[in-house]
Amino acid sequence: MADENGKGGVLTAVKGMGSHLRNSQVWNSIFRPGSPARADSGDTPRNRAYVVMNNVLYHLHPVKVKRHGVKLSYTLCLGGLSFFLFILLTVTGIFLMFYYRPTSPAAYFDLQALATDVAFGQLVRNMHRWGAHLMVITVFLHMTRVFYHGAYKPPREFNWVVGIILLLLTLLLSFTGYLLPWDQLALWAVTVGSNMGAYAPVFGEQVSFILVGGVQITADTLLRFYVLHVLFLPFVITIFMAVHFWRVRKDGGISGPL
Amino acid sequence: MAQLPENLLRRSAEARAKADGRPFEVVMAEMKGEAPPAGAAAAAPAAAAAAPVAAAGGPVRDLDAESAKFGVRRTLLERGMFARARKDGTAVPAMAGAVAAAAPAAGQAAPAAVGGPPPVSGPPPGVRTQRLLTVVKAGAIQGTTREPQDKVNVWPHLLAIEFVALLVMLALLTLMSAFIDAPLLEFANFNEQPNPSKAPWYFLGLQELLAYFDPQVAGVLLPTFGMIALMFIPYVDRNPSVRPSDRKLAIAIFTVFFMASSILTIFGSFFRGPGFNFVFPWRDGIFFDDLKTLLE
Repeated sequence: MADENGKGGVLTAVKGMGSHLRNSQVWNSIFRPGSPARADSGDTPRNRAYVVMNNVLYHLHPVKVKRHGVKLSYTLCLGGLSFFLFILLTVTGIFLMFYYRPTSPAAYFDLQALATDVAFGQLVRNMHRWGAHLMVITVFLHMTRVFYHGAYKPPREFNWVVGIILLLLTLLLSFTGYLLPWDQLALWAVTVGSNMGAYAPVFGEQVSFILVGGVQITADTLLRFYVLHVLFLPFVITIFMAVHFWRVRKDGGISGPL
Repeated sequence: MAQLPENLLRRSAEARAKADGRPFEVVMAEMKGEAPPAGAAAAAPAAAAAAPVAAAGGPVRDLDAESAKFGVRRTLLERGMFARARKDGTAVPAMAGAVAAAAPAAGQAAPAAVGGPPPVSGPPPGVRTQRLLTVVKAGAIQGTTREPQDKVNVWPHLLAIEFVALLVMLALLTLMSAFIDAPLLEFANFNEQPNPSKAPWYFLGLQELLAYFDPQVAGVLLPTFGMIALMFIPYVDRNPSVRPSDRKLAIAIFTVFFMASSILTIFGSFFRGPGFNFVFPWRDGIFFDDLKTLLE
């Protein structure tokens, strides 16, 4: 079995194990029929359809899409990248939650500790912050892309409205996260921002009072923004995203061609 | 034959006339039973019709004898004979001992030669034929009104692109995060407001508006109105076309607002210094703490 220097033997053994694994019941229970990971699925049109149809991705993508919609120059992937950034922000955000306490002095020192005491702590925080800024940009650009393609026209009117709500929620997520470092930048940027909201007629002050947790930003605001940032707003935006993606498919998939 | 409705009969006759290359009226008359079909032809015309065929030197077939010889039903032999004649465009052989039908498929020569009642190519007696009565256009159970579209499989064409886009985004973000730290200024101090105090960058367009308008207008009315206007775009824009050349007004309006908000945001970010007064960033420095770590 082995050749002169024995390498072939090891290789053959590894290959044998690999093929044994790929034919095992465990493997085939994980990868559904048609998956390229399975030993028995060749690259046939039928299997290409199965890759999507037998996959959780089927919730997002149909089996086939219009040819023009696949072109990078049509969508620039902006909606998909926004969603990807949201997932990335969720992952990095969960990581940050392990090291962060939303109380007045602790929050700031936790962030300092993140830079010095936690492996990859600073990197993950950087990714969370830059990713958040980036997501605001991609969501906004996605909206302009959709406008210039006229993709809000019937039957997609309501999905455009859902998209505007998602833009608002994205801004709110970013804004509530902005306070959490509890440094001078956070405190005063949020002060300026929420002061603007307080000018709203009729119930502006009440809304501001509820959001900030008082007449002005205090340490209590930190907890309030924290809960909004890590629980409430992600929960709401997830629901709206589900509706948004579902409507994309129900309204006939990708729009166009122009 | 069962009585058929007139319209069905007409259509059938038209089809038969077209197939046989004979005048419609003749076929129609025959189908209505006004003209004797070939099978039921009287002996005299049949004999008259048969004569030229025989005279032309065509073979004479004794179908009864053949039927007995080969063990094949006579009707089948007749059908085969007619079919062969029609296919080859030749005269039907005369049949011995039986009623002969003399109508070549190409049937133009025969009528002229005979001069009797127009010969017909109907099947002999006992031969059952089918005819197209009518075509019923079936509506599908599920109406499919959409035209077929040019589509490609999501796997691999779309998923591959998405995966690459995702990796590129992840790589860029990781690189940026590796080299540029997120800002962390001094501990929050309620007694020391920095000058200038700026909102998060995506609200700086609004803060810039605050420099021109009353807070109620710039901070509340304009953004609220803007958001509502955005949401109502699909219901206000009644133009069904998506072609840019058909939507010049819509594109112009949107572009104006898009550019205005971008310019205001850039202006508020880079051209506003202490006291939110106007500065030139290249002369007075940049007062934009979101990018503080990048600019240092």
